[in-house]
Amino acid sequence: MNYTDKNNQFVVFELDNEEYGIDILRVKTIEKMSNITRVPKTALYIKGVINLRGEIVPIIDLREKFNLDKKEESENTRIIIVYVDDINVGLIVDSASKVIEISNDMIELPPESLGNTEQNNIYGIGKVDDKIITLLDVKKLLNV
Amino acid sequence: MDINQYLEIFIEEAQEHLQNLNQNLLGLENSPNDNDVLNEIFRSAHTLKGMAGTMGFNAIMNLTHEMENILDEVRNGRLTINSGILDVLFECLDFLEGSVNHISETGKEMDKNIDALKNKLINIIYNKDLPAHEKQDAENSSAISNFTFNQYDENVIVQALAQGMKVFKIEVILSKDCMLKSARAFLVFKSLEKYAEVFKSFPSVEDIEDEKFDNNFKLAVITSEGKDKVKDDLMSISEIDEIIIEELKEVTKAFETFSEEIAVAEVEHAEEDKEDSEEAHAKKNKIGKTVRVDINRLDNLMNLVSELIIIKTRLEGVDSDTRDQNMTEAVEYLERITTNLHDAVMKVRMVPIERVFNRFPRMVRDLSRELGKEVNLHISGEETELDRTVIDEIGDPLIHLIRNAIDHGIEDKQERINNKKAQAGSVALRAFQDGNSVVIEVEDDGKGINVSRVKKKAVENKLISQVEADALNEKEAVDLLFQPGFSTADVVSDVSGRGVGLDVVKTKIESLGGTVEVETSANAGSKFIIRLPLTLAIIQALLVTIGSEKYAIPLNSIKEITSIEKNNIRIVQGQEVILYRNGVLPIVRLSHVLDVKNDEKDSSELTVVIVKKGEKSSGFIVDSLIGQQEIVIKSLGKYLAGIRNIAGATILGDGQVALIIDSNSMI
Repeated sequence: MNYTDKNNQFVVFELDNEEYGIDILRVKTIEKMSNITRVPKTALYIKGVINLRGEIVPIIDLREKFNLDKKEESENTRIIIVYVDDINVGLIVDSASKVIEISNDMIELPPESLGNTEQNNIYGIGKVDDKIITLLDVKKLLNV
Repeated sequence: MDINQYLEIFIEEAQEHLQNLNQNLLGLENSPNDNDVLNEIFRSAHTLKGMAGTMGFNAIMNLTHEMENILDEVRNGRLTINSGILDVLFECLDFLEGSVNHISETGKEMDKNIDALKNKLINIIYNKDLPAHEKQDAENSSAISNFTFNQYDENVIVQALAQGMKVFKIEVILSKDCMLKSARAFLVFKSLEKYAEVFKSFPSVEDIEDEKFDNNFKLAVITSEGKDKVKDDLMSISEIDEIIIEELKEVTKAFETFSEEIAVAEVEHAEEDKEDSEEAHAKKNKIGKTVRVDINRLDNLMNLVSELIIIKTRLEGVDSDTRDQNMTEAVEYLERITTNLHDAVMKVRMVPIERVFNRFPRMVRDLSRELGKEVNLHISGEETELDRTVIDEIGDPLIHLIRNAIDHGIEDKQERINNKKAQAGSVALRAFQDGNSVVIEVEDDGKGINVSRVKKKAVENKLISQVEADALNEKEAVDLLFQPGFSTADVVSDVSGRGVGLDVVKTKIESLGGTVEVETSANAGSKFIIRLPLTLAIIQALLVTIGSEKYAIPLNSIKEITSIEKNNIRIVQGQEVILYRNGVLPIVRLSHVLDVKNDEKDSSELTVVIVKKGEKSSGFIVDSLIGQQEIVIKSLGKYLAGIRNIAGATILGDGQVALIIDSNSMI
């Protein structure tokens, strides 16, 4: 695990009433929902592409990716634009509102009991106060 | 100093200089006495040496230094260019090219020994001639004490001395009125040969044979006989005025003169440096001022222009009722400016195809030698300009086609003579602009493509069945060449015939938005025609709707637009077709191919966009047409790379993304 950044800051978002976190250094921007153009012949969880200030960015529906129930988009729905190297991808989430700091000793490895797919996308479980935040590994999530 | 930031510049410039060297060496091969070419070569080698030295790439520096020495000899007329020298120089160039590539991949210099090459270079100088100042000295005085030896010679001397042999330096001075100097020299060699070994001579043996010397020449010999015996023997030959013999007891003296010579050579280099920079300066003024720009910055500029065009389109789309006269004029003006701006930026990105073509003369030369065929390469239209991105990609496919032409196309010498053709085959490489595309042709005058053999091979390789093969016409059979896993070479040679080939060429060219076709006729040769779009970034496209989605079809692939009766669609072998203009036109329902969720509109009339790909065409059924528009092609990015049927995306005036249909993949 190479997350030795000094500040350990995470963008926290909500998905099906659970909280997830993404390393802030992987997040480019957070956007409101915009019109998505469907791209044929792609995986189901790929919703299509959007125009992000002149750049074409693919959009992943995280609910679909995590096999959660579908939910109508609301005014809280956000697209978190994450990047790995020169690849930008947007993630649709129920809402995203805050950035928190979690120190390294408050992060545990994911429990063994998790299913394979989930475990592959997760790099740790963060504990903040009483809450548990699932920390996603963007690189593995995007499979790049 | 951190040199890494200069690495890219070094690589770029080094490649340019190598290209330059390559080209000029070829030029030198054709006209060995052209001093301009020679100076150009010298300049490139010299700059390369300096650059490599600064960057700490010692192998490159040392090698170019030795090359420079040879070139210097040639420049001062002390060495005549021959194919042997050129071969060694080319070999050096290959090494340098390899090194630079290695550096560009790893950032480090190749860990390869250059001594062998270096020795070859050194031997050229010493076997051929003594260095310049030696000759001058020789003219000024007849002293032979400064006869110099290289490392190899020194080894010979040391060994000879160790075995108790004697080493002599001999100067032979012929009488002034000697008529047959080379004959006398021949007699000298002849008489020495009986008991001595001549291991060095100045001038070289060839030059002596050609009478390229004044009245004296010098030899270094190893022998077991004594000094007097040698002298007496030589003096017995008529028309010899004097024989000066000096015995070498040890090699230290040779070493001394050797280092002296290096010192002198360095002084000479310093002078050349000065001369060089002056010449380079003069040249710079001639070619005008240029700026080297990172391609990423250009891409960025291009993106901004694209944005501007999108906004312009959007402004144009504003309902004309709601805008006043001023607004309309302003928008029109904006349109003119953006069009000009776009052209200007595109021009910046355009590079003459010369950059790619330049490397082919060398390749053809090497190949024809390797295969023992005589091939002339004719290049035309090298000033034709193409987008930089295309230039970067088009090299490999062209290499492939040219190799094919020489390996498979051009016959062996004997076969050509038997067929009453000129002994030397010819390969023509042409580029020219044709409307909105650039055409590159590779044509050979070889045996052409043997259609029946192609068919046979295709059946053998199980690409098609015998029945299918029999049904193919000539054109279709030739197209089999582009199938993956096809190779007709009887013998797998180093050059071609590995079975990966034309299909790769085809894929590459199609990925650039181009097409490739073949024309061939038996015993007259074949011609590969590549068509590439002039620019990749901004194109004219037809916008259509399919269901509720908008798609763009590149205009250059559209043949015509028509409407057909639904009832006229027939089904042939599971494929929907219509009869159109006395031909059968296959029908592609885009809504099916693109999985558009949409109930078929229940109209009896269907809009069909007829799209062509080479000679083939196909009718795409769309729901409605929006119109023609200038669109900016954007990539879908790495994450969505490799989606079939989609060539990219574009941003429409309203900010929406529309996908661009890759019509080639659907025909």
